Amino acid sequence: MVTDDPQTAGLLTMRGIVKQFPGARALDGVDLDIRAGEVHCLLGQNGAGKSTLIKVLAGAHQPDEGEILIDGRPVTITHPVAGLKLGIATMYQELDVVDGLSVAENVYLGHELATAGFSQRRAAIQHTRKLLARLGHSGISPRREVGTLSAAGKQIVSMARALSHDARVIVMDEPSAVLDSEEVANLFRVVRDLTAEGVAVVYISHRLEEIRQIGDRITVLKDGRTVASGLAVADTPTAELIRLMTGRNVEYAIPRRPPVADDAPTLVHVENLGLRGSFSDVSFDVRAGEVVGLAGLVGSGRSEILETVFGARKATSGRVEIGGTALRPGSVPEAVRAGIGLCPEERKSQGLLLDEPVYRNITLTSFSRTARAGFLDEAGEKREAGAQISALDVRPADGDRHARTLSGGNQQKVLLARWLVHGCRVLLLDEPTRGVDVGARAEIYALIAELAARGTAVVVVSSEIEEVLGLADRVLVVSEGRVVHEGPTSQIDEHRVLDLVMEGSAA
Amino acid sequence: MSDQDLTAKVPAADESARVENASTAVGRRSLLSGGAGRNLGLVIALVALCVVGVITAGDRFASVNNLLTILRLAAIIGVLSIGMTFVITGGGIDLSVGSVLGLASVWASTVATQTMANDTHWVVMVGVALLVGLGAGLVNGVLIAYGKVVAFIATLAMMVAARGLAEIIANRQTQIVKVQGFLDFFRADVLGIPTLVWIFVLVAVGAWILLNRTTFGRRTIAVGGNPEAARLAGINVKRHTTYLYALAGLAAGIAGVMMLGRTSAGSSTNGLYYELDAIAAVVVGGTLLAGGRGTIVGTVLGVLIFSTLTNVFTQNNLSISAQAVAKGVIIVVAVMLQQRIAERSRAST
Repeated sequence: MVTDDPQTAGLLTMRGIVKQFPGARALDGVDLDIRAGEVHCLLGQNGAGKSTLIKVLAGAHQPDEGEILIDGRPVTITHPVAGLKLGIATMYQELDVVDGLSVAENVYLGHELATAGFSQRRAAIQHTRKLLARLGHSGISPRREVGTLSAAGKQIVSMARALSHDARVIVMDEPSAVLDSEEVANLFRVVRDLTAEGVAVVYISHRLEEIRQIGDRITVLKDGRTVASGLAVADTPTAELIRLMTGRNVEYAIPRRPPVADDAPTLVHVENLGLRGSFSDVSFDVRAGEVVGLAGLVGSGRSEILETVFGARKATSGRVEIGGTALRPGSVPEAVRAGIGLCPEERKSQGLLLDEPVYRNITLTSFSRTARAGFLDEAGEKREAGAQISALDVRPADGDRHARTLSGGNQQKVLLARWLVHGCRVLLLDEPTRGVDVGARAEIYALIAELAARGTAVVVVSSEIEEVLGLADRVLVVSEGRVVHEGPTSQIDEHRVLDLVMEGSAA
Repeated sequence: MSDQDLTAKVPAADESARVENASTAVGRRSLLSGGAGRNLGLVIALVALCVVGVITAGDRFASVNNLLTILRLAAIIGVLSIGMTFVITGGGIDLSVGSVLGLASVWASTVATQTMANDTHWVVMVGVALLVGLGAGLVNGVLIAYGKVVAFIATLAMMVAARGLAEIIANRQTQIVKVQGFLDFFRADVLGIPTLVWIFVLVAVGAWILLNRTTFGRRTIAVGGNPEAARLAGINVKRHTTYLYALAGLAAGIAGVMMLGRTSAGSSTNGLYYELDAIAAVVVGGTLLAGGRGTIVGTVLGVLIFSTLTNVFTQNNLSISAQAVAKGVIIVVAVMLQQRIAERSRAST
């Protein structure tokens, strides 16, 4: 039945996995085979079934059909603990660590070392220290409270927990999404060490260039089916991957825009803006029709700068002027009235009412204006939202659906639609394409270009330097709460930006 | 070219089929768990209770008089619960409404019996009660929204303090209101329905419009559903939160007036534990304790279920203690059913 040849025998094989949810077939025959010691990348657009697949693998969902084999023997993974016992550990995108507990307590969460109910703290701390050393992070104390660690540190804790279960397969769901480039490099080093020891890593990411760096083989999912499996990373061109993921040929390119007219008025004037403990002395102007990019690491202060300009954080120094009028610090309603819109970094927690209909999410800023004497005009709201839903091609094009049911890219479009309905002359975008699939990404790029062409001043923050340089006319490089460089994007390249970011953080 | 057409069309057809599937599921789900479906469940529970009442107490239960008794019983808690619905929908909780009801009734009756004796115009009395309620609610709201005190703690403090203040003002005595115009107003009925019940109906209708048809209601849902998203969309979350507690306080003031009208007695024990009955009615009615979803119709049905239950038990000479046990069971069953429905709708997304 199964060959004994270790070269071809899979460590873990999934065949014909089907998972039916009420109203949607999330998985419709997925095959996946994972070999020991490889980095197996799982690619697919949002909604392709990646999350459901790893939940099936972890034992959080039960498949309706299909089989899972480990070392050639069929297994059923009835619940997450069973998955862990079989050696499958999952690091979810939202890291599942408990902030109030120590590193060691988190590592042994759910399988505490104990004798007769008394926890063996010393043993747990010793073992944790060894695991952290194995991951190359002996600098983290096992006694430290996890809440005080950065996102990267929490990820290491999560990984140590996986290792504490003697995991043979570690599933990483977009591990790099919350990391800056240095931390990503470190993550890759850890992944390489793990695979060298024979651990298989299932790696999920939207960043194709990362997959090029770290991946061995690729499985591509589309609409709940495996459309390609076991592709060698080295031999598969990017265009081919995009074609497989989307089923069509997408221009991944960012549209080129004409230079901003010389007589375009200055819309945004930020002067010596500062927020204690976060950033200081930030000054920049944005003209109508101009796109300005903020590049920098996570934690450099770039998101805080956007939120302070918007009034969501109260500036401790400096001023913001929109169209020549100074804004009162710390007042979002005033910023909105002045014509600023913000699409925040965390779509779900900062942007959306997940259990409200899409149309109400779109009109969240404008419903008061549509209303007459305090009474809502729902028909008018639906009409305005509907127009944006078709203009931005939000799918499915149904304003009555709950926002929760949309994919990441479509949720981002809903947030953009909110500001388009309201009408704004300054748009602040924080990570507009994070967790957005390739197809929707191109659409969002095109939309940004179109808004700029219509005279909107746009400020974009992104972790992807390539994206900032591609979209923006000018770039501000932020490091440690300071602007370390400002200039036209045409005069700087990715490496130089990276240098500036690193230089600043070393200083 | 033709090749591209093919690849473009096939997924499109596929997609529309999936969307269609999903939307029929949404339709089916909204029948089960949407507003109408949830309320249908409550109506069925209410009808079942009435059937039990008719079987066990016969004509004593099924008389117009008894029906009015149930409604009168429901009216005061009903008004409190409607105020509570707004607070809970907005993501908060108000433990002080029972005490504020007591304080408002005591304060108003003191004004009526001591300060100006019997010639006090009833408008003054009513005004005092409403202002006391509104004021207490505003204090709650400002503490919670601007003082950043957790709602549970701030309103717990108000619950204790307002009750204490009521005792101080009343000097532990019950004051009988003898303002004739006021008493006549509450003894009257319009179209055979007592004034108390009319007030409840008016408050309920007004609240339904406020929650479902106005910008105030939409803001309440937004603030309760995701306060950060609401704030970043330009809604003044702090101000709105303050309004919500002020509204609950005002409802407690109205309930205080109703209490005075029904019993003509201003006592510091008025409304004792009513906050718990109000929270129970709101939650059983289907308003999410976590905020972001609220239903006035559900709250009204929840209140009616509890007052009918009380009535059925009383008609059968069962003790108040037995009622309490039955109430507890109803709360647990209702909340478990709601969770089941919520999980099902979440799983299908």
